[in-house]
Amino acid sequence: MSPSSSSPSLLHLAVALDGTGWHPASWREPEARPRDVLTAGYWADLVAEAERGLLDFVTIEDGLGPQSSHFLDPDERTDQVRGRLDAVLIASRIAPLTRHIGLVPTAVVTHTEPFHLSKAVATLDYVSTGRAGLRVQITARPNEAAHFGRRTIPRIEAYDSPESQELVTDLFDEAADYVEAVRRLWDSWEDDAEIRDAATGRFIDRDKLHYIDFEGKHFSVKGPSITPRPPQGQPLVTALGHQTVPYRLIARQADVGYITPHDTDQARAIVAEIRAEQETAGRSDELLHVFGDLVVFLDDDQAAAAARRDRLDTLAGEPYQSDARVFTGTPSQLADLLGEFQAAGLTGFRLRPAVLGHDLPAITRGLVPELQRRGAFRTAYEADTLRGLLGLDRPANRYAASA
Amino acid sequence: MSKPQKQIHLAAHFPGVNNTTVWSDPEAGSHIEFSSFAHFAKTAERAKFDFLFLAEGLRLREQGGKIYDLDVVGRPDTFTVLAALAAVTEHLGLTGTINSTFNEPYEVARQFASLDHLSGGRSAWNVVTSWDAFTGENFRRGGFLPQEERYSRAKEFLATTLELFDSWHGDEILADQASGVFLRDAKAGSFVHTGQHFDIHGQFNVPRSPQGRPVVFQAGDSEEGREFAASSADAIFSRYATLKEGQAFYTDVKNRLAKYGRRHDQLLILPAASFALADTDAEAEELARIVRRQQVSGATALKHLEFVWNRDLSSYDPEGPLPDIEPDVSDDHISKGRAQVRMYRDPLATAREWRELAAANNWSIRDLVINTGNRQNFVGSPETIARTINAYVQADASDGFILVPHITPTGLDAFADKVVPLLQEQGVFRTEYEGPTLRHHLGLAHPDDVRDEQRVAS
Repeated sequence: MSPSSSSPSLLHLAVALDGTGWHPASWREPEARPRDVLTAGYWADLVAEAERGLLDFVTIEDGLGPQSSHFLDPDERTDQVRGRLDAVLIASRIAPLTRHIGLVPTAVVTHTEPFHLSKAVATLDYVSTGRAGLRVQITARPNEAAHFGRRTIPRIEAYDSPESQELVTDLFDEAADYVEAVRRLWDSWEDDAEIRDAATGRFIDRDKLHYIDFEGKHFSVKGPSITPRPPQGQPLVTALGHQTVPYRLIARQADVGYITPHDTDQARAIVAEIRAEQETAGRSDELLHVFGDLVVFLDDDQAAAAARRDRLDTLAGEPYQSDARVFTGTPSQLADLLGEFQAAGLTGFRLRPAVLGHDLPAITRGLVPELQRRGAFRTAYEADTLRGLLGLDRPANRYAASA
Repeated sequence: MSKPQKQIHLAAHFPGVNNTTVWSDPEAGSHIEFSSFAHFAKTAERAKFDFLFLAEGLRLREQGGKIYDLDVVGRPDTFTVLAALAAVTEHLGLTGTINSTFNEPYEVARQFASLDHLSGGRSAWNVVTSWDAFTGENFRRGGFLPQEERYSRAKEFLATTLELFDSWHGDEILADQASGVFLRDAKAGSFVHTGQHFDIHGQFNVPRSPQGRPVVFQAGDSEEGREFAASSADAIFSRYATLKEGQAFYTDVKNRLAKYGRRHDQLLILPAASFALADTDAEAEELARIVRRQQVSGATALKHLEFVWNRDLSSYDPEGPLPDIEPDVSDDHISKGRAQVRMYRDPLATAREWRELAAANNWSIRDLVINTGNRQNFVGSPETIARTINAYVQADASDGFILVPHITPTGLDAFADKVVPLLQEQGVFRTEYEGPTLRHHLGLAHPDDVRDEQRVAS
């Protein structure tokens, strides 16, 4: 069952794009292009680089408020990148310029409409001819709630207090409902609903369109979608989790979950927890990828990577900290580490480049060839769709059988 | 003294879910694959059109409690497809219809500002309103809005998004790698809006976009709609593409501008128009007849009558006389999710008028719909169509037209190849784009320049 070191199974690689990189001082590096972050050309270049490296997909971070170094509040800092574009639109802008790589924008589900998001991601799937995904995110920030004015989100004072746990559980339950509504909308048209039957004058067979009649605690959606079923049937749904509540969302609704283990024991434990939840959710027969998130400083020798991290920390005025493990070293060392995590049950990785302009090419031109040498990564794109790259079947339509 | 020739504005509407599109034509391609949108947009750009236009409908239409199945059904998400089109075009404006009822200002402002950045300043927003609970069933908010409040919400929605666009001035990002100052102003994007419909505050997180704000379009013909446009819009998407009606609308709306301190050239009037183009006028007339019959099948004609009669008319013969029963004037309408429902405000009078027309001309139900429905606005050879369009614009029936071809996605190709060069020869249509942004094409000032002008004036 566990892959031996002589014949490793292929792992999957994604890269997480955010601003100029994940280190807050990344924008000050020579390769960073901080003045281009709001242009299409900047994103096109990044995604082209990721595609050159045959990566499975990119994720694009987003948020409904200014970036902040605080977890719950704006920080009013002027020494870091602030301001960003809508991630779904960035992904769509890039889609016609790429051929193979998956495009997975972040969408905040706490204040947005499942009907709008469902058709937006379906459309991303059309414009990319089957390479769309979605990273679902909740927000518990009171300031972001104030941007919408429809609900107030109480401030989380202590993370482990019962009130906080209740709030977080409620937001993730809402997210699960949201994804359920989105997925039903994707299925609300059967694949062959468009008939163009000149004899009867009917463009569609209305019996192949379905009301989704979603009723949840926070919203209801009638359906069907206004957008026909997208090329992949179901675009990829992904989510990041750090504890049981989000693991449950991953187990119930995701195709790929991102986790942040700091060692292989943690990885094993989290994967076991997600697999157990997956079984509870009745999805144990479905392929659910669990990817490890890692921040990476990659250089040809370890000292250079460590020196770069130190230099950036000095510029930032504090040591860089992350929810994910921070790797500093060479492509070969990183390949070793990924192999260990893979043996602990992870099926892929979402790497967060510390400096996009430096660490993304280090991934595509350093890490990828190293993994290929080890037989651990693809040498050519083997499928036309994102689901295909990840070994996920095109799902049957849930409504087709009931008709 | 002859007045100088007006320059014509032309745009292309990708036909959506109505019976404009002749989907049964062997030439008709996909209405949903991106390649169709890309072909259409590239043709419009090749012809130096101002912009591409997309309409909206947030719930599939129903008639008699069933999803309407005779016309094209299904369309992509507006923002997403426009962002992708920005990748395959360089100059073409990208105009999306976005509802102000089933969205929130912060999110819509983010999306338009993002689209403006990602297209290098080519975004435009056609602000529409809705109130009906039918559409609302697809949204968290539901059908909450009383009809009389829809313009009040739309106005406040637009005002709020403009506040968000203006919350960044454009000079906040320094990004000085040496000094480590990224933002000049930690409060960039700060806003507070307190009103009847929105009570929001915080920081907008998309810095100022190339056009400052997207160009604002308005569609809607009511008294409130005209006032809303005169006060707030850069252009109107109207439905009066004939000479007399166009002139009346044009005069009415342009005369409303003064009270808002605006000049005539600060609001463009652009009706939607269809066309039948062939080598000769006679061939075009024949083509127009064929297209009309393809657009209005017997079944489509009966469904069209049902908008007015508000009854199931499926037992009638479309090739026979009009129903002799009266329309049902109850509020519970048989047709849901269509704009046409609201076009016939007095069904009894409309039915009477149609019966008289049919009797006078010996028309069947189908003949009536063919002859009273949306006939092609411009029919003829390239010379005839170019001459007519120019005559209408010079006579102030409009400032140009938003063309809706009946074939997707190739329906503009012949117009681009044959009519546009004639307009260019007459010197009334551009041969090169005036600049990179949609505001350049439309001759609209950048909002920052307007702001500076006003500052100097005051």
